Amino acid sequence: MTDIQELVGGLVKKFGHKRENLLPVLQGIIEKERSLSDFAMVEVAKQMGISAADVYGTATFYSFMDTEPRGRYVIRVCKTITCFMKGKNQILLALEDSLKVKLGETTPDRRFTLLETNCLGWCHKAPAMLINDEIFTELTIEKVHEIIGEYKNK
Amino acid sequence: MGKNMLKRIDLIFKNEHDCDIILEKIFKRTNEELINDLIGSGLKGRGGAGFPTGLKWKLTSEAKGEAKYVICNADEGEPGTFKDREILTQVPHKVLTGMAACGRIIGAKKGFIYLRAEYNYLKPSLQKEIDTFHETLKKLKSDFRIEIFSGSGAYICGEESALMESMEGHRGEPRNKPPFPTDAGYLGQPTVVNNVETLAHCWTIFKHGPKKFRDLGVQDSRGSKLFSISGDTPTPGIYELELGMSLQDFVDDFGDGDSKAVQVGGAAGFCVPRKKFRETAIGYQGKLTGISLPTGGSMMIFNSSRSMYNVLKNYLEFFEEESCGQCTPCRVGCQQLLRGIEAVKRGDKPHYYLTKLLRLTETMKMTAKCGLGQSVANSFSSIVENFREEMIY
Amino acid sequence: MSKMVNLKINNIDVSIEAGTTILSAAEKLNIKIPVLCYHKDLCIAGNCRVCVVEIVGSRKLAAACATPVSEGIEVMTNSLLVRNARKHIIELLLSEHNADCTKCYRNGNCELQDLAAEYKITNQDFIDMAHDGVYSIDDLSASIIKDDSRCIRCQRCVRTCRELQSVGALAVAHKGSEMKISTFFDRPLAEVVCTNCGQCIIHCPTGALIEKTYIERVWDAIADPDKHVVVQTAPAVRVGLGEELELQTGERVTGKMVAALRRLGFDSILDTDFTADLTIMEEGTELLHRLKANLVEGDHTEPLPMTTSCSPGWVKFFEHTFPEMLDNMSTCKSPQQMFGALAKTYYAKKVDVDPENIVSVSIMPCTAKKFEANRPEMRDSGYKDVDFVLTTRELAVMIKQAGIQFVDLPDEKYDSIMGKSSGAAVIFGATGGVMEAALRTAYEIVTGREVPFENLNIEPVRGLEGVREATVKIEKVLPEWKFLEGAELKCCVAHGLSNAKKVMEQVKSGEKEYHFIEIMACPGGCLGGGGQPIPTNDEVRKKRMKAIYDEDTSLAIRKSHENPEIVQIYKEFLGEPLGKQSHKLLHTEYFERQRY
Repeated sequence: MTDIQELVGGLVKKFGHKRENLLPVLQGIIEKERSLSDFAMVEVAKQMGISAADVYGTATFYSFMDTEPRGRYVIRVCKTITCFMKGKNQILLALEDSLKVKLGETTPDRRFTLLETNCLGWCHKAPAMLINDEIFTELTIEKVHEIIGEYKNK
Repeated sequence: MGKNMLKRIDLIFKNEHDCDIILEKIFKRTNEELINDLIGSGLKGRGGAGFPTGLKWKLTSEAKGEAKYVICNADEGEPGTFKDREILTQVPHKVLTGMAACGRIIGAKKGFIYLRAEYNYLKPSLQKEIDTFHETLKKLKSDFRIEIFSGSGAYICGEESALMESMEGHRGEPRNKPPFPTDAGYLGQPTVVNNVETLAHCWTIFKHGPKKFRDLGVQDSRGSKLFSISGDTPTPGIYELELGMSLQDFVDDFGDGDSKAVQVGGAAGFCVPRKKFRETAIGYQGKLTGISLPTGGSMMIFNSSRSMYNVLKNYLEFFEEESCGQCTPCRVGCQQLLRGIEAVKRGDKPHYYLTKLLRLTETMKMTAKCGLGQSVANSFSSIVENFREEMIY
Repeated sequence: MSKMVNLKINNIDVSIEAGTTILSAAEKLNIKIPVLCYHKDLCIAGNCRVCVVEIVGSRKLAAACATPVSEGIEVMTNSLLVRNARKHIIELLLSEHNADCTKCYRNGNCELQDLAAEYKITNQDFIDMAHDGVYSIDDLSASIIKDDSRCIRCQRCVRTCRELQSVGALAVAHKGSEMKISTFFDRPLAEVVCTNCGQCIIHCPTGALIEKTYIERVWDAIADPDKHVVVQTAPAVRVGLGEELELQTGERVTGKMVAALRRLGFDSILDTDFTADLTIMEEGTELLHRLKANLVEGDHTEPLPMTTSCSPGWVKFFEHTFPEMLDNMSTCKSPQQMFGALAKTYYAKKVDVDPENIVSVSIMPCTAKKFEANRPEMRDSGYKDVDFVLTTRELAVMIKQAGIQFVDLPDEKYDSIMGKSSGAAVIFGATGGVMEAALRTAYEIVTGREVPFENLNIEPVRGLEGVREATVKIEKVLPEWKFLEGAELKCCVAHGLSNAKKVMEQVKSGEKEYHFIEIMACPGGCLGGGGQPIPTNDEVRKKRMKAIYDEDTSLAIRKSHENPEIVQIYKEFLGEPLGKQSHKLLHTEYFERQRY
């Protein structure tokens, strides 16, 4: 049995194999793998008795369920209005500069993926970004370099 | 600016922690009394749609089902709103208490908090709070239990039927209505879906009585409301204010002295230009002077340095991505509106093309499948009508 | 009786059962409301919004297909508000649709095109998004082409694939402007669980899902003087073809079809019904053989129940879904493939043509047959047994292209050698038909008497009920079948793959016990096949079904084993059912396929 099969098996056992447990199972995979591979989705389909296309269709509906490979740290910069007004583009440039990747890309060492996302709910402390499940607000260029520096050392 | 025209209310975040006492009080009273209190308070849904909460609970309590559910909608995705996050951070026990009260009234044993993925970091503390709350419930011999259900990044799941589709493991596509959740909601069973803030207000009503709540606000818009204030303001943040306030007073309090427009109700809400601040009140129907706008609490202020074209474009890009995509008017309509303003700006379409698009927004409002689909064009029509020249030049 | 609700539609009073939709209520009044995502075979989606109507007093328009009637409402189906909104919605759909209608396979039979014509959409106010979008065209399947640029995202295909067929090859993926109909990871249909049944095609309102056409290849073959082109026609084609050629639904056109094929230039017009009769001989014998092996000899290598294998959509579904039960499927090839194998052996010898020069064409109500003909194992004649498969719809296209006035054609007869058939073969086209045909023959082999049903009509296995069961008591058997004396043969018929899956799961779990199961992939059987005229719905299926049974009764020979050409082929070529030659040419094997 492969690692993924084991992971999916464990998640299905934990949450149950009914359809209403699909999101928790997929979220469990994301938490571990940061994205959903075709292999993982087929495994979910098999173990939960859902068609693979249906699993894929459901997953792709949700922005946090990536089906492309992602780095260990997924950075999501808020692009919605207030963050946009408060300089999101500069933050993005700083991130691109610091990580040496463009928006949408993953660093060659598979550590970071740089993405944009819709409103994070920190408009009063814009601009904001998420790194995996951690939130960073009132970003400045200096702050960004500092944060990324810390993550690089993790 | 900062004139403090509006009275600051301190109910939601008031430092009160006596869950056990309030719950005991609630459990001792009859359903009828409790529902009457809610109806009497005039509390309406704080997510933005404004359905009377007491009536929703009453309908669900009367509906027949094998099981019933209470869902707390914490999928706070509307751009410009962030109050629910703060409630769940500071006073989660008030929300849990509201859910337990609802569970008792409608006959539900299970409650869910649908927490948006963007707030995943709240999970550990919230879970701890739930565990403590369960201990309290056990002491009171209540078998009501609450679970967190995580979203995965989809704005539309804030629409209650989409939220339930999502909880059932599907794409978050809104359902046809009827049936309404009060009759057939989660897993086809009668379900109450309430916004985080709505449930937190129940605490106030059950603790201090409906009058305390009802005395705030005006006419059909009773009570206080949390406002998420952002944009061009020296004092962004969350404020509890009375419903019914005039937008002019609001801008005087929170604007930077140069406010040219306020977007009320988020990207799906309405843009009010400076000249209409005075005649606009914030609340549900029940007119003061001019128009009255409901809101989930999102108030975004723009000063004269902002291009309303850029604002609108940002909103439309948001909807183009976040529409669930199932119904034609919302899926294709949003794309046409976005491409339309871009084409006009570039000069590829004549300026009167905006009029055609305004007509399209009428169709979108009338024919989209869900409440959100019906409101995606609000920002377009209110911005284009009021800032037409900014769209063209 | 349930509660009645009173309402007004376009100022006409109507009283109708509570729970009825506005759409059905209007239909009762003969008021047509346009629809796109709605289809009578499928659950309600309510997503295209073309059917919006005004409920007086409401600020919103309601989707007629998804809104139940309520007391006292006044519905307007054609008010100014409705017309304007509806036009907008059609224009929006056209703006994301590749509306190069003249270059579309469904040109002339497209629901969106009809609506655009009806509403006289002549403007192009909205920005054309179809031509700058990156759309994929998947034409790698032998049966189906999926062209996303023609898709209006009504999701009929998804509901068909999921609910009607429980295949789930198609799903809705992504959201917002990116939302599309997709397979798993957007892989080609040829690489996923698609059974090629083509039900998505006959439910698609536009040209987003179409059959892969081989018309030009067939024209080429006909035009080639060195080629001897034989054509076979499946049982259900003769009850559907007329619909494409200005005749009434359910009109039998066997004679006209033969005449048309002759005029198209085929060298020999033969009948799949002949090999349907042959299938009965082989499959009926196989069933008796399996009964004996399992019940008397304790040999379970070829287990019971035995399922039929004529429906290639079902066969592929079975290979994907129940790989552990492959031995339960009859080893008989489908009539099409039996025909193909014989065309280039038995027939070639008979007419003295080098099989190398024979082009074997089949006309099928089916798209999965295209895939079946391309299966690598279907070359037992030493050549590709069936070269080209055309659907009923494609044949109609050829007839029109040739300028043939189909309606005026005389009735003509099939050519001989593999052209004669019995009523038992004709009913293969309807769900339950194979079962009935097999029983007519098997019962007689075992008892020496006709099946104990009036006029040979085995009513319990007929109809459109999704799953039907019948038990036939076998009494007073001939001496060699003594072991079957008093036995009750338990039969089951299912059509539509959802029903098929249900039945097989019950068999697998031991909940149900049968000896013989007939399964057809398409609802209604072949008469409702994915290659049949569009539209197909239950109303249409019923008419085609009646035509099939009428054809059966009209024939002198009603039992496969009495077909003189069948008797002849065993005498001259095959020897006996399940014999060596049969095994080589008429039987096949199955392979496990990935379920996901």
